[in-house]
Amino acid sequence: MAIALPRTRVTGAAPRGVAPGLAVTYLSLIVLLPMAALAWQTQKGGWSTFVDAVTAPDAAAALKLTLAAALIVAAINAIFGTLIAWVLVRDEFHGKAVVNSLIDLPFALPTIVAGLTLLTLYGPDSPIGLNVTYTRTAVVLALLFETLPFVIRSVQPVLHELDRDMEDAAASLGARGPVIFRRIILPNLLPAVVSGMALAFARAIGEFGSVVMISGNVPFSTEVASVHIFSQVSSDYEAGAAALSVVLLAISLTVLISLSLIQRWSSKHDR
Amino acid sequence: MAISVQNVCKRFGDFVALEDIALEVPAGSLTALLGPSGSGKSTLLRVIAGLEKADSGDVFIGDIHATPLPAHRRDVGFVFQHYAAFKHMTVAKNIAFGLEIRKRPRAEVAERVDELIKLVQLEGFGDRYPSQLSGGQRQRMALARALAVEPEVLLLDEPFGALDARVRTELRAWLRRLHDEMHVTTVFVTHDQEEAMEVADTVVVMNRGRIVQEGNPQEVYDHPADEFVMHFMGHVNLIGDAYVRPHDVEIRVEPNGTTSPAVVRRVLRLGAQVRVELVVDGGEPVAAALSRDEADRLPLEPGEPVFVRPRRERRFAEPEAEPAKA
Repeated sequence: MAIALPRTRVTGAAPRGVAPGLAVTYLSLIVLLPMAALAWQTQKGGWSTFVDAVTAPDAAAALKLTLAAALIVAAINAIFGTLIAWVLVRDEFHGKAVVNSLIDLPFALPTIVAGLTLLTLYGPDSPIGLNVTYTRTAVVLALLFETLPFVIRSVQPVLHELDRDMEDAAASLGARGPVIFRRIILPNLLPAVVSGMALAFARAIGEFGSVVMISGNVPFSTEVASVHIFSQVSSDYEAGAAALSVVLLAISLTVLISLSLIQRWSSKHDR
Repeated sequence: MAISVQNVCKRFGDFVALEDIALEVPAGSLTALLGPSGSGKSTLLRVIAGLEKADSGDVFIGDIHATPLPAHRRDVGFVFQHYAAFKHMTVAKNIAFGLEIRKRPRAEVAERVDELIKLVQLEGFGDRYPSQLSGGQRQRMALARALAVEPEVLLLDEPFGALDARVRTELRAWLRRLHDEMHVTTVFVTHDQEEAMEVADTVVVMNRGRIVQEGNPQEVYDHPADEFVMHFMGHVNLIGDAYVRPHDVEIRVEPNGTTSPAVVRRVLRLGAQVRVELVVDGGEPVAAALSRDEADRLPLEPGEPVFVRPRRERRFAEPEAEPAKA
């Protein structure tokens, strides 16, 4: 005879509903409220003020530079991040563990320190004779440094888990190395590469500390959006700063939402 | 096509995976490589496929000297224990892969894929992804994928190892039928002696990187070359220095001069078969296997005194250096 056992868990610490409530409240205080305040600040001046602020020549130039640089950085990361992840997973060499832990350095290093480091290496007193200060190259370089880990860290575990038998199966079916890479490995890595790119892109459009030191912040030339926002706040033009911030916020949100869609789509075929 | 393996050696660091292997697989046969894990059977299969490079020795597939050929030029179908499904492709795309690599016309590919889907009984599953299939279905898909390019030989590495018992039995019978229809030279690796005996024409028993015995299944079972094969081909009792299979242990109520007294310890009724665990006089445990009818005629209760006698026994002249029982 079967006896139905009650399925209720008796070990729960908090009464039902308290934990989610707490999480939502915390999230609201830390993230949602400030964002709402920002949006509020923006709409105070009305739609035309917003449009004017965003399309002002210096603001538009800063925004364009930021987006272009972030796109370039995401693309470079896609290629070299995948390559480095590949080397770290598939190749054996001395000092691999050290290299592997160095990857996270840009996460740990204060961005202003990163900026200073780059300035020392690629500044006017460069020991290797390479001065890129006040150029757009400097912007890209600083962003590349800051976003290095994203693609590597998202591709690495996927590559590690990738079923090597798939590659053997493809080989036994007549596929050479490059074909195996293109038709078997790459499609399986792509979601991870794209999500790493998206994170790198989102990070790059907001980067401040490492860029501000080395780019020179020349309006219409090397001034990125975050620095532009900072200078507008400094000169008491808060409406303009808020408008540009809302645009960056909207872009970040769009990227993150697409990212979760990509992840949902790619997990559909797993296992 | 026949496969010929000559003097193949392979080491992984200090571990000797294959030691001077020589094997002839006749064209159109179905051969099982049987052995415990670490015996080198999978490595041998992978060397034949070109997925592993032998340190020395040669592999011929038909008349072709395959040793210098990489895997993708060997025309070998390979099936993996864990299916190795291309999980980002549909079933139809998986099966079509080899044909697409060979740049066959699209209409021909579609036709061949349809044919194979029917052959492996996956009608209606062509547009599904591997994650939507059961283990047995995935392995049938993998088999279709391997057969699509009409390989000279088909190699299967523990093909049913990841499946549950019922599906495994079904697929074994199905593989045997498939082979009888297609006659493609087939070698499969297994650690399950029952599977080897049920499916294969020839059983090749491997142990520690060497081939210990080859022959048809009955031959290998009845005339094991050494203690290892004796143990590996099925449960066996060691009484003194003689090996006796459980079904060769006769249980009697009365002694007849050649019997030894024993006591029943446990009786296991396993459907058609009854397994009896006894303790012989000297304290040695002995297992006997009886049919139900035989068992019903005997007073088999734990603690009951009986008499046992080996109907058939086997002694090996040179005992192995180390203890025979693992």
